Amino acid sequence: MSDIAERVKKIVIDHLGVDADKVSEGASFIDDLGADSLDTVELVMAFEEEFGVEIPDDAADSILTVGDAVKFIEKAQA
Amino acid sequence: MNGDRTMFDLSGRKALVTGASGGIGEEIARALHAQGAIVGLHGTRVEKLETLAGELGERVHIFPADLADRAEVKALGEKAEAELGGVDILVNNAGITKDGLFVRMSDDDWDAVLEVNLTSVFRLTRELTHPMMRRRFGRIINITSIVGVTGNPGQANYCASKAGMIGFSKSLAQEIATRNVTVNCVAPGFIESAMTGKLNDKQKETIMGAIPMKRMGTGAEVASAVVYLASTEAGYMTGQTLHVNGGMAMI
Repeated sequence: MSDIAERVKKIVIDHLGVDADKVSEGASFIDDLGADSLDTVELVMAFEEEFGVEIPDDAADSILTVGDAVKFIEKAQA
Repeated sequence: MNGDRTMFDLSGRKALVTGASGGIGEEIARALHAQGAIVGLHGTRVEKLETLAGELGERVHIFPADLADRAEVKALGEKAEAELGGVDILVNNAGITKDGLFVRMSDDDWDAVLEVNLTSVFRLTRELTHPMMRRRFGRIINITSIVGVTGNPGQANYCASKAGMIGFSKSLAQEIATRNVTVNCVAPGFIESAMTGKLNDKQKETIMGAIPMKRMGTGAEVASAVVYLASTEAGYMTGQTLHVNGGMAMI
């Protein structure tokens, strides 16, 4: 796993209070990890803070899984 | 009394009160402090804040800022959060009036009132809400006014800002209820203050005629409602407006 993926995973684990082994790349925040809509907003804000990137609302709407977040951040930082 | 602890105990809670250099705000700050809270006093008049801080003694911080300046509002939120070590209780009390009959109301008078009374509330609350959500505790208390519900001639701008505050509070209350952050309003009626002190006898007589209790309220009576909403005991109250008006409007 890349460094970005590890950091994303850590944020998700901390914020949602879920077990590390549940946070796979394909895990959906809402369907698999029990997040509500407010959690997804908070996760996006946490990603922005951690990685110093701006995630616009329309992009945020398409970040549904751990993998989506990693891909977006990798692209934004490239 | 409730078992071995006092009701409405705010020991260890950190509160920020805007407009604490004014009459009602000062009483709110005193009341929260008396319940044990650590209190941040915001205001524009530094000397007044220092005097009040001196009277209260320990557990007090002062945060002067101009709420008409958007950068200062943001800085106020950041500074209070950092210096108090997390704001648990936010009391948006600061407000201004620029009265005038509607047909003669200038853009400036409209903008100034909406900016301070409503926009600064949005911005300051936005700064402090997210940390409250993270901590899974928060009390946001917005001081609106009876006229935000009933309207009042000569105060279209003020009434709009105060009614806006109520709608704002209800929306935010619904969004963050699951995070154990409550959002409520207190709506004072006629309260003894510098503002009402300027009324002449005839005006006062007319007002008293509309108040079943036949007297003005005190800042302390408004502050009591704030203490309740700030307390742990009020945990199931959210999106509500408490009217403290001597029965002037029963809504």
